[in-house]
Amino acid sequence: MSKDNEILEEFTSKEYEHGWSVDYEADEAPLGLNEDIIRWISAKKEEPEWLLEWRLKAYRIWENMEEPKWANVRYPKLDFQKVRYYSAPKQTKKTKSLDEIDPELLKIYDRLGISLNEQKRLQGIAVDAVLDSVSVGTTFKETLSKLGIVFCSFSEAVQEHPDLVKEYLGSVVPSTDNYYAALNSAVFSDGSFCYIPKGVRCPMELSTYFRINAANTGQFERTLIIAEEGSYVSYLEGCTAPQRDENQLHAAVVEIYAKKDAEVKYSTVQNWFPGDKNGKGGIYNFVTKRGICAGDNSKISWTQVETGSAITWKYPSCILKGDNSIGEFYSVAVTNNYQQADTGTKMIHIGKNTRSRIVSKGISAGKSQNSYRGQVQVMKRATNARNFSQCDSLLMGDKCGAHTFPYIDIANSSAKVEHEATTSKIGEDQIFYCNQRGIATEDAVALIVNGYAKEVLNQLPMEFAVEAQKLLALTLEGSVG
Amino acid sequence: MLTIKNLHASIEGTPILRGINLEIKPGEIHAIMGPNGSGKSTLASVLAGREEYEVTEGEVIYKGKDLLDLSPEDRAREGVFLAFQYPVEIPGVSSTNFLRTAVNQVREYRGQEPLDAVKFLSLMKEKMKLVEIDQKLLSRSLNEGFSGGEKKRNEIFQMAILDPALSILDETDSGLDIDALKVVANGVNQLRSSDNATIVVTHYQRLLDYIVPDFVHVLFEGRIVKSGDKSLALELEDKGYDWIKDEVANTAV
Repeated sequence: MSKDNEILEEFTSKEYEHGWSVDYEADEAPLGLNEDIIRWISAKKEEPEWLLEWRLKAYRIWENMEEPKWANVRYPKLDFQKVRYYSAPKQTKKTKSLDEIDPELLKIYDRLGISLNEQKRLQGIAVDAVLDSVSVGTTFKETLSKLGIVFCSFSEAVQEHPDLVKEYLGSVVPSTDNYYAALNSAVFSDGSFCYIPKGVRCPMELSTYFRINAANTGQFERTLIIAEEGSYVSYLEGCTAPQRDENQLHAAVVEIYAKKDAEVKYSTVQNWFPGDKNGKGGIYNFVTKRGICAGDNSKISWTQVETGSAITWKYPSCILKGDNSIGEFYSVAVTNNYQQADTGTKMIHIGKNTRSRIVSKGISAGKSQNSYRGQVQVMKRATNARNFSQCDSLLMGDKCGAHTFPYIDIANSSAKVEHEATTSKIGEDQIFYCNQRGIATEDAVALIVNGYAKEVLNQLPMEFAVEAQKLLALTLEGSVG
Repeated sequence: MLTIKNLHASIEGTPILRGINLEIKPGEIHAIMGPNGSGKSTLASVLAGREEYEVTEGEVIYKGKDLLDLSPEDRAREGVFLAFQYPVEIPGVSSTNFLRTAVNQVREYRGQEPLDAVKFLSLMKEKMKLVEIDQKLLSRSLNEGFSGGEKKRNEIFQMAILDPALSILDETDSGLDIDALKVVANGVNQLRSSDNATIVVTHYQRLLDYIVPDFVHVLFEGRIVKSGDKSLALELEDKGYDWIKDEVANTAV
């Protein structure tokens, strides 16, 4: 027990690495939310009329909705009138190329270890950098456009590819879907857009790096990925925010549309500011992510490593509509101090021979609460649907909690659904064994945790996997005396 | 190399070791025998630094240092190795990854450069032969799903890689069939040199047919009640532990 307590003690002294912020002149919307604010945002982005109407409709839906209460998280009621819904660094003119981006903004990304300089970037990863409410730049756009791939900020897509946006926006996550999806639909400011044409295998990882910098500002980004027949894309998302005393809201929507034989792999390493050791501050991460395997033989795979946020409320899901389509969800969620995570997935089997796989690894420490919530639904016509779910929880110390809420809803008797769950503690025996071989306790904990999460980490693209491993180790650094 | 003086240790207030005295020199093999509950495994655990045991009296000097003052990892880095009676499973961590982490932390402590992947693999290849261990086993999660024999073989393999000055084998023979026992003993014998020493903790003399000790000590109720050479082990095998118990009872009277 004494060792567990030590782990617990030291764990709380760990500091958030990306807690700094930068002052820049910003173009901001006034605080609060009403139809005028939405008009303001839409005008700022020079949006077409239909999009403004779409936003306003979403806003009216949201106004009549109730904040969901079913998640296993506790927080004071949010005052949506105290949030700023748009903040963008002031740029004198619209930038057409990366060379024109304000060097001060590039420095922010350099400091985060994300260089937007194409020459300095490792080949093989294209980045869209989103700062507060806007995208500040996207790399490798030209290389990708030669293959017909569109990878740009959402705002740019609205201008350059309005037909695609109009056709797919809200097709997977309608604005009526839930409270935060409706809010996002009303006020979303930017995000990434990608379109992979028929038969194209995207030659590099596409990634978006989200950074919240401004105070009192919510980030409401919208990401839309469209994979045409027989195409393939691997997409990465990373996020950080400064350390601030007040809670900040991040309510994103991600939609993935996969056609026949298409495959989309979506990976997230979420490292938002989690609040301090007394539970003060931190990001409220209320996100709706969903993909539809619309065509036969299509595949959508979600991988997430969740280490940050004060509260995480997130269920990346798959609608398996096409026959033989496959949905996967791999997750590592770490909570510490007063963090709360309620995360999991939904797998909706509609087509025949659809398969889904869920691997969830929760790690709780400090006084945190970590819940897995997952739904497997097999519809009537989904003959021979298969699901395998594995939900493991690892506890550090005796003041944290791990919970599992699996919902299974089967309407076709040919379905095969398996659910396995385990709960374990990092054993003193394991730590002593490592010590006896010369491994310090801190490294032993990192080794054990990384081993525990390996099945999920293995799903990440190589560069991200290394980063995620480091992040887990860093979270645990100084976790023991 | 190792001097144990009047060592007393207890667990949750219950005394287990009640005054152990032992002197071990480089190149020697010492066997610790005794009936169940006599404190054999406790002695091994106390030397390795397991926290649950509280040392209440006495001292242990290892290579001129106060061993009890060192953390478990520093004891390991100073060359103390414990082959566990029940090796622990660590899911998702391969033996290779585990051992490389261990070797490099030991090297760092000793001010040596870390071994790169190539050098480490060639070291592994060299030592694998010693205990006839399969490479496939080493790429699997540490000890997870290993048979009893595989676990023990893996312990001796780790010992070969870490090249300790003082090895403590805690009931390494338990759960081994005769063939596995020979492989393990053969590995230990090959690692033997004039610079290192070994403590063999065992209940049966069987293992001592293959790892021949220079000294045999009989532990009973937390004390060494009799010491001798290899023939003492044979005598115990012949007469059983009751003989020792009677002898202790008689001297007490």
